[in-house]
Amino acid sequence: MALPKYTEPHYRIWHYIYLTICGAVFFFLIAPLFVIFPLSFNAEEFLSFSDGMKSLDPDAFSLRWYKDMIYGTKNPWGLAAKNSFIIAIFATIGSVILGTVAALGLSSRHMPYKGLIMAVLISPMIVPLIISGVAIFFFMAKAGLAATHTGIVLAHIILGTPFVVITVTATLSGFDHSVTRAAASLGSDPVNTFMKITLPLILPGVISGGLFAFVTSFDEVVVVLFLAGLENTTIPIQMWTGLREQLSPTILAVATCLIILSTLILVTAELLRRRSERLRGINR
Amino acid sequence: MSSETKQILTTDGIPLEVSLKKAERKNKIKAFLLVAPLLLFLIITYVFPIGDMLFRSVDDKMVTQMLPKTFKAMENWDGQELPDEEVFAAFHEDFIKLVEDKREGKLSTQLNYTKNGFKSIIKKLRRKSKSFEEGNYKEQIMSVHKRWANVEYWRAIKRRAPEFTSQKYLKGMDMYVNEEGKIVSVEEDRRIHRVLWLRTLEIAFFVTVFCFLMAYPIAHLLATLPMKYSNLLMICVLLPFWTSLLVRTASWMILLQQQGIVNDFFVGIGLVADDNRPEMMYNKTGSYVAMTQILLPFMVLPLYSVMKTISPSLMRAGKSLGGTPFVAFWKVYFPLTIPGIGAGCLLVFILAIGYYITPALVGGASGTLISNQIAFHMKSTLDWSFASAMGLMLLSGVLVIYWLYNKLVGIDNIKLG
Repeated sequence: MALPKYTEPHYRIWHYIYLTICGAVFFFLIAPLFVIFPLSFNAEEFLSFSDGMKSLDPDAFSLRWYKDMIYGTKNPWGLAAKNSFIIAIFATIGSVILGTVAALGLSSRHMPYKGLIMAVLISPMIVPLIISGVAIFFFMAKAGLAATHTGIVLAHIILGTPFVVITVTATLSGFDHSVTRAAASLGSDPVNTFMKITLPLILPGVISGGLFAFVTSFDEVVVVLFLAGLENTTIPIQMWTGLREQLSPTILAVATCLIILSTLILVTAELLRRRSERLRGINR
Repeated sequence: MSSETKQILTTDGIPLEVSLKKAERKNKIKAFLLVAPLLLFLIITYVFPIGDMLFRSVDDKMVTQMLPKTFKAMENWDGQELPDEEVFAAFHEDFIKLVEDKREGKLSTQLNYTKNGFKSIIKKLRRKSKSFEEGNYKEQIMSVHKRWANVEYWRAIKRRAPEFTSQKYLKGMDMYVNEEGKIVSVEEDRRIHRVLWLRTLEIAFFVTVFCFLMAYPIAHLLATLPMKYSNLLMICVLLPFWTSLLVRTASWMILLQQQGIVNDFFVGIGLVADDNRPEMMYNKTGSYVAMTQILLPFMVLPLYSVMKTISPSLMRAGKSLGGTPFVAFWKVYFPLTIPGIGAGCLLVFILAIGYYITPALVGGASGTLISNQIAFHMKSTLDWSFASAMGLMLLSGVLVIYWLYNKLVGIDNIKLG
């Protein structure tokens, strides 16, 4: 973005103003996340920087809240984490299978009523969560699945599939169908063709859709609030209750762990995206 | 060369056209069968339940079924004067049955929605009705409480006779059917729902505007910087995007609290006095700030993906033809980014209008949205039909925008990450 030498002074000033604005926006986006990190090591029970922390006094920092998160007697975080992972993993598997298969059908040029069906399949992503929550709650209550893991997993499959459908159809849009025809002409049956030819090629899209589904489930609180009983508490539910009642630094310890987790997911997603673009030859 | 003689046949003697059509149909069915499991799953667990909400929101059978004889007797009542003995006797019969089933509490709750004041008089009636003598129920019921002798309460009961009602939708717009059967608004100081609808629209609109103003420059920067820098800066957009909503809300709660970092900073630079720290959370400001930051990535990503496709030589061409950089930007670059602006704005607006978690945590009383009201009726008052009605009102708004989005952007053009 270096300016050409001949730029007139007032444009030069404008350019620096523009860069300053951009810097401020980036700061606004990312800075809030970094507040949590140091405060989670606070030795005191307050949610602001103590004088000791400002002067970098080592005694002002401690792992107290992390210990509380893991060993705290009254703490529900263990159960919540277990539930969250179980629910998210099953919801991801369900979303990926249903979503990928549907995306294969949707990408076929023979698919009838494509627009309408796509609109229905994507709708759980667009409809406000509170409405989805109410509707899914009515269904689960009738089906006797309220306050069960199965009910929450099903609910999260509903919310997760749109992401899989979108990412996999995007991957399939650059897909060369002659390779599957070649496989068929060489005597491969459709299932074998899918497993050996199609799946490896669309795998980046499938995995990144799966990541979206995982994060959606892992971070979902509105629908779970309607569905969960005490036994089905999840990390987001615990955070929600904690944030509403009293902001304890233990929440910040949990939040730090979640930020680390999301960083890992971001890196994976980015690597996959680049690999997928390379495979589809969109390298610029 | 006539067409009959030269019809092309496949090897097994079937005309090619027929054979092709058959293959086409087979492919169609194949494609549909692949989509069918998910479609069926969603229809059963998602689309039907939304239809169920529609049914619930207009369903008013409960009272109809609780007072069947009363409503039968009321059919001949014109609603002018107090109803005659026949109605009172029927009501007494229905009521005794309800007391036996211990359901009179439900009746009082339901009737209280229609007119305040039913709760206490039904309680009283239950107590007194044990010592009722046979015959002349009109006198006996009217002597329980003076409201039972008030014709307006009987009109209120009659209004609950139909099995379906639009009452909940009217209530969602702060309107009701008055004694004369006309639709009127409630008194000005009790119009809470209209305030909420307007506030929801206002917050969603301004959050969209703020997001656009902030996202445009950085999307432009990301699209024009060399790859190695832009990839690094992209992390600033993507990390919040992938981070838990609750974590981001929590960080705003820490920043915006009265003893928080933002306030410390304002005091530090002398903008506000230490003993006069402004409330930045539990009000509209909190909702605005937190929602803008949380939804910003949803604006940046579509803008970025459009700007990425605009060749820089277009701007150079504009300048070389005598335009100043501003003119070149306004006449050449900006119009080309309109698809991205449309996509981003609609996406952010749709998401903002249904926001629940963040306003509930940082919005306080003056920063909550319609979603919070829906949740309140689902979880606290248990008036599920009202929650359904308001949910569907919100949904119809969102669907209009969704349809618009589909028209302008195309639903299969949504890009993620």
